[in-house]
Amino acid sequence: MSVDIDADAPVRPVVTRRRVLVFALVLVLLAGVAIGYTVYAVRREDDRLYGGAGTAPGGPPLSLVGAPRLLFRSTESGPGYGRLATVAAADPGGPRTVGERSCDRVYAAGGTAVCLATEGGLTRTPVALVLDANLRQVRRIELAGTPNRARVSASGRMASWTVFVYGDSYASMTFSTRTSILDTRTGELTANLEDFTTTRDGKELKSPDRNFWGVTFTADDNTFYATLSTNTTGRTYLVRGDLAARTMTVLRENVECPSLSPDGTRLVFKKKVSQSTRNPWRLHVLDLATMRETPLAETHSVDDQAIWIDDHTVGYALPTGSGAAGDVWSVPADGGGAPARLVVGGFSPAPLR
Amino acid sequence: MYVSSTRADAPLARPGSGRGVGVTGNVIALGMVSLVTDISSEMVTAVMPLYLVTGLGLTMLQFGFLDGLYSGVTVFLRLVGGHLADRFAARKPVAVVGYGMSAVAKLGLPLVGASVPGIGAVLAADRAGKGLRTAPRDALISLSGTPEAQGRAFGVHRALDTVGAFTGPLVAFTILAAVGTAYDAVFVVSFCVGMVAVAMLVLFVRDHRDPQEHRPGWRDGARLLRDRPYRRLCVVAAVLGLVTVSDAFVYLLLQHRLEIRPHWFPLLPLGTAGVYLVLALPLGRLADRIGRRRVFLAGHGALLAAYLFLGGPLGGVPLLLTVLALHGVFYAATDGVLSAAVGARLPAAGRAGGMAVVQTGQAVGRFASSMVFGALWTAWGPATAIRVLAVALAVALFGSTLALAGRRVRATRPTEVHDVR
Repeated sequence: MSVDIDADAPVRPVVTRRRVLVFALVLVLLAGVAIGYTVYAVRREDDRLYGGAGTAPGGPPLSLVGAPRLLFRSTESGPGYGRLATVAAADPGGPRTVGERSCDRVYAAGGTAVCLATEGGLTRTPVALVLDANLRQVRRIELAGTPNRARVSASGRMASWTVFVYGDSYASMTFSTRTSILDTRTGELTANLEDFTTTRDGKELKSPDRNFWGVTFTADDNTFYATLSTNTTGRTYLVRGDLAARTMTVLRENVECPSLSPDGTRLVFKKKVSQSTRNPWRLHVLDLATMRETPLAETHSVDDQAIWIDDHTVGYALPTGSGAAGDVWSVPADGGGAPARLVVGGFSPAPLR
Repeated sequence: MYVSSTRADAPLARPGSGRGVGVTGNVIALGMVSLVTDISSEMVTAVMPLYLVTGLGLTMLQFGFLDGLYSGVTVFLRLVGGHLADRFAARKPVAVVGYGMSAVAKLGLPLVGASVPGIGAVLAADRAGKGLRTAPRDALISLSGTPEAQGRAFGVHRALDTVGAFTGPLVAFTILAAVGTAYDAVFVVSFCVGMVAVAMLVLFVRDHRDPQEHRPGWRDGARLLRDRPYRRLCVVAAVLGLVTVSDAFVYLLLQHRLEIRPHWFPLLPLGTAGVYLVLALPLGRLADRIGRRRVFLAGHGALLAAYLFLGGPLGGVPLLLTVLALHGVFYAATDGVLSAAVGARLPAAGRAGGMAVVQTGQAVGRFASSMVFGALWTAWGPATAIRVLAVALAVALFGSTLALAGRRVRATRPTEVHDVR
């Protein structure tokens, strides 16, 4: 290295043969680590997800009509990983039928299914697929972010989904959500609930950072419930929406991911009961006539939009603790009883009645 | 003093020759370090949503809240980084620590697993590294160019930096396609790429050799502020920062006006970055020729025009293209140009600290502006909010022009540059 450089002279880089050689060595070493680790990690993941003895796809083709069953995403390690599967409602712990279609999240009712999936290799486009009763694709909509919630109205006409979006964050790494509603009969798509007029105590809410998620429809296919949150306050609210009027009204605070009972009288929802990041939520049921809340017997923090298996039982997925694997559980809707494991290795349940 | 520069230093093309890039290899090397670092960090940014939600089953709601707690860290650490770099004449070592910290933080992600505080801590370390390295790196860029070529030095650096921001997501998606759900592979590859940048910095970038024994302390930093043109520049940068809407709001306003389809939305920042990439060097060179303050102020003129379009009657694709172009011009005419203007005024030994002060003032101003703008939007709606801000920017710009008018000090007067000692 030369030392004859003037103190105030602009600085030249040091590019000597030796340094270039050292850099080449470092480059080779780091490339080796990167490639070696990637190969190892990919093999390990493949083995973890597909190496098990879980049910393989096959048997009678999946359909949304027929005997009462539970539809879900199979997360058993094996060739059926990530694919849609069903079990008999009367024997959810029994053998499962696994189909060909893969979904990250699914919901179905009234002969219509919504499948949120990731397509393609390099570009990996998240999509919402509307499927008919034989799980054939009726419509494909590209999504702006990571799929999070999906719901179909009891008649099968209205479909809704929520994605997490990263692009329009207000702080550097925070997210926002985008919730869409599709009328499968007319084909009309409400791309973003944020375009609706939202009022709270008679005043219009205009905060730019409001987010909506977790829609659930009533029997009239026009009224719906959903969650509203603003990033600035971090609080969540229950809103009731009117699709035709494009309006929403705030009903109550601290309600997330509502799900309406088949008889339309109650909502099961996530209530934030702790500031802890490990166990923030507990499932509650809200009686819409009296506005009374009942905590359910499940004490684990449930981060899912619960479903109603029937008028007395709710279902939900809980992670098993290792990555994306999960189990489907149920708990009585009256606050009594105890949680029961319905399906081992399942996620995103939907009742097929 | 600078006569020697043309002898001892061999720029790729001599400044003033009119042709060629006209910066030293040191600037190119620093630009490449930033480029590779951006690839490393963009990889992680691109997989984070999937990793948190699909991989760990976490909710981003909690994560976003945690993340917000650490946002203030960088502003403070930028001052610390600048001070340490000057104090120990150790711009390169401080920058190496900063870049290294961010690279090593990537390895922390698979180690902390699904722990939300753990993920928060890793991201804080990553951001702390970014805070530490920025001011020493800009001081190195500044010292790597002749005083007359500060603008083009920063132009080249920022252009290379932006190339990294473009390449990063592409590399990330390629790797993601290969690894599927093995997210830890992305983090390990990101670490390796980050370490390549650190190796480039260690091996090829040369620090400026300070002749004097005197080690500047905090008091010398304060003394810098006695230099009136520098002080004015600090105040102007902070005040203009206070009337600069954050990027997110510009894109939100565009979306609001144009009802842009959701999956196009993440592409809006690429529009700004594309214009920035193309114009960073030409505008840096222009700044060297006609005056950096002038270009800096003109850049804010472009921003004012963008505000007026956002609050005006024009709509559709013309509005989109005009606003993104003006937004890109604003960045190209202000980001590197401010550092160039400051760099030319500061003594070599106090350059990192001096840069940190002016950049921090600007960052604090912009942070406050985001909060105010969010409140204005909530209270009066987007159209009124942007018009109010346009008026505020016009007033601030007028005042700034008066404050800087006639005080354009030619950077080629080294005696003045060094009289602070």
